[in-house]
Amino acid sequence: MTTFFTTDTLIEFTYLIATALFILSLKWLSSPVTARRGLFAGEAGMVLAICGTLLHAGIIDYKLIAIGLVVGTIIGIPLGNVAMTAVPQRTALSHAFGALCVTVVGTAEFYLRAPDISPFMMAVLSMEVILGSLTFTGSLMAAGKLQEVLPQRPITYKGQNFVNALLFAIALIVAVILILHPDQIRLFPIMIIIPLIFGVMLVIPIGGADMPTVISLLNSYAGLSAAAMGFVLNSKLLIIAGALDGSSGFILSVIMSKAMNRSFTNVLFGGFGQIQTAAGGAKEAPPVRSATPEEAAGILAAASKVVVVPGYGMAVAQAQHKVRELYDSLTKRGVDVTFGIHPVAGRMPGHMNVLLAEADIPYDKLLEMDQINGDLAQTDVALIIGANDVTNPAARTDPTSPIYGMPILDVDKARTVMVIKRSMAAGFAGIDNPLYYLDKTLMLFGDAKNFVSNIVRELTGGSHGG
Amino acid sequence: MKLDLLTGLYVFMLAAFIGFEVIRRVSPLLHTPLMSLTNALDAIAVVGAIILAGEHKTNLAAILGTIAIVAATSNIVGGFIITDRMLKMFKSSGPRSSGSTGGAAK
Repeated sequence: MTTFFTTDTLIEFTYLIATALFILSLKWLSSPVTARRGLFAGEAGMVLAICGTLLHAGIIDYKLIAIGLVVGTIIGIPLGNVAMTAVPQRTALSHAFGALCVTVVGTAEFYLRAPDISPFMMAVLSMEVILGSLTFTGSLMAAGKLQEVLPQRPITYKGQNFVNALLFAIALIVAVILILHPDQIRLFPIMIIIPLIFGVMLVIPIGGADMPTVISLLNSYAGLSAAAMGFVLNSKLLIIAGALDGSSGFILSVIMSKAMNRSFTNVLFGGFGQIQTAAGGAKEAPPVRSATPEEAAGILAAASKVVVVPGYGMAVAQAQHKVRELYDSLTKRGVDVTFGIHPVAGRMPGHMNVLLAEADIPYDKLLEMDQINGDLAQTDVALIIGANDVTNPAARTDPTSPIYGMPILDVDKARTVMVIKRSMAAGFAGIDNPLYYLDKTLMLFGDAKNFVSNIVRELTGGSHGG
Repeated sequence: MKLDLLTGLYVFMLAAFIGFEVIRRVSPLLHTPLMSLTNALDAIAVVGAIILAGEHKTNLAAILGTIAIVAATSNIVGGFIITDRMLKMFKSSGPRSSGSTGGAAK
């Protein structure tokens, strides 16, 4: 306090500026026009804070820091260059890394300080390592499911919720004992191991379709554990960054749950999807109308307004670039083409927008569910590519349907509905879609990429004919 | 350095409110870049890891700190790279996008 410009004050000022830059960074992300400025602000804040930290007087060993920074960069570069379809698993993996960082720092801090730890400090430290370790394994599980190295179908067993609740209770009890008796150092590893198991157990029963919610929720946990670490290290910068990340994950979880018509508890304890598969096959399917690429091209060319509804199936078939060609050839003919994006169309929040932007489709043609639903009644053709459950009118009309109440894209209100689909097999959630049996619906059977490119060929080949 | 817990709680509460208000306004178009960016920013935890590894109070703390630096740095580097790649892809159909980077070349 004697002189104003000590190194510590300087470090604190770098943190203060970094905090402001982080908040501006997120603020500028509100629109695609300013988003990259936001990214640069975030990068500047990060560099500033790291440089400030390196000035810290207590640092005697720069070798380990250098090794850590170099190895981390070597790992980070390929993780930043994955394909856009792999972004969800990359994100899950980065939640795991973030949680790993928080957990090991918490562990080190405990062994440095124990047994001289105040109850409040022990409480935030417990929160840090419990949230950190369950997020670590939970995110690894989520990444494994998304990468399809683990089965995507929910794995459930009898008494699952009881086992999970018991595990969590044990972790909490250990935390309480440590808060009251911080000298019980031997108990600390239990507080890490149990949440590690809990994280696995938590994600095992969750199906692939619920991944957007799970990723968001794990995002929120990662942020909260980082904020707890901020309390432990007395770092306001970290408390703020963690709070920002935590609230971001929370908001996204709420949006995703709403879009899936589910509550958090339902996603975590539901094991959605294992009941309907049995019921699906029993009914006899009514007849459907199908069409060829030539017929589809004719109908599209005659339309004045077309809404394309892409689903994850489109990305799996790698059809987004062909869809862009379709968009180009129809737009050239004066057809108004927009895209209706359901919030859970991809495997994580906003994923479908990224996949379409990658295919050079302008972002102002990508409309949210609420924006597009008003337009669908005035739409000539709704073209559904690789989406199923998000277009299922049973969500509006059939109270017995497992997805009843889920907000959907009202494609059945368009004059003609065309569905590109490989076969009549049920969707991800295993639920039959009555949309396919409507008189106005044409099924376009085939691989999404081939079918769209056949339509494009018809459109460009016959451009002077009609 | 004595920790003022109440100050910490105030900071946390205010930051959570700011985060809520700011992030609520982020276009759903950009929810994926939002997640990768907040993830990179969250890796500011690296500052704690740097001090832990650098102070080298015990070997355990130094090793754990180095692991933490690796994990956080990979998030910073990977998160910023992928966010940048994604944001570069978002183009408007309107009059040649004004504010963006080197769009004049083509």
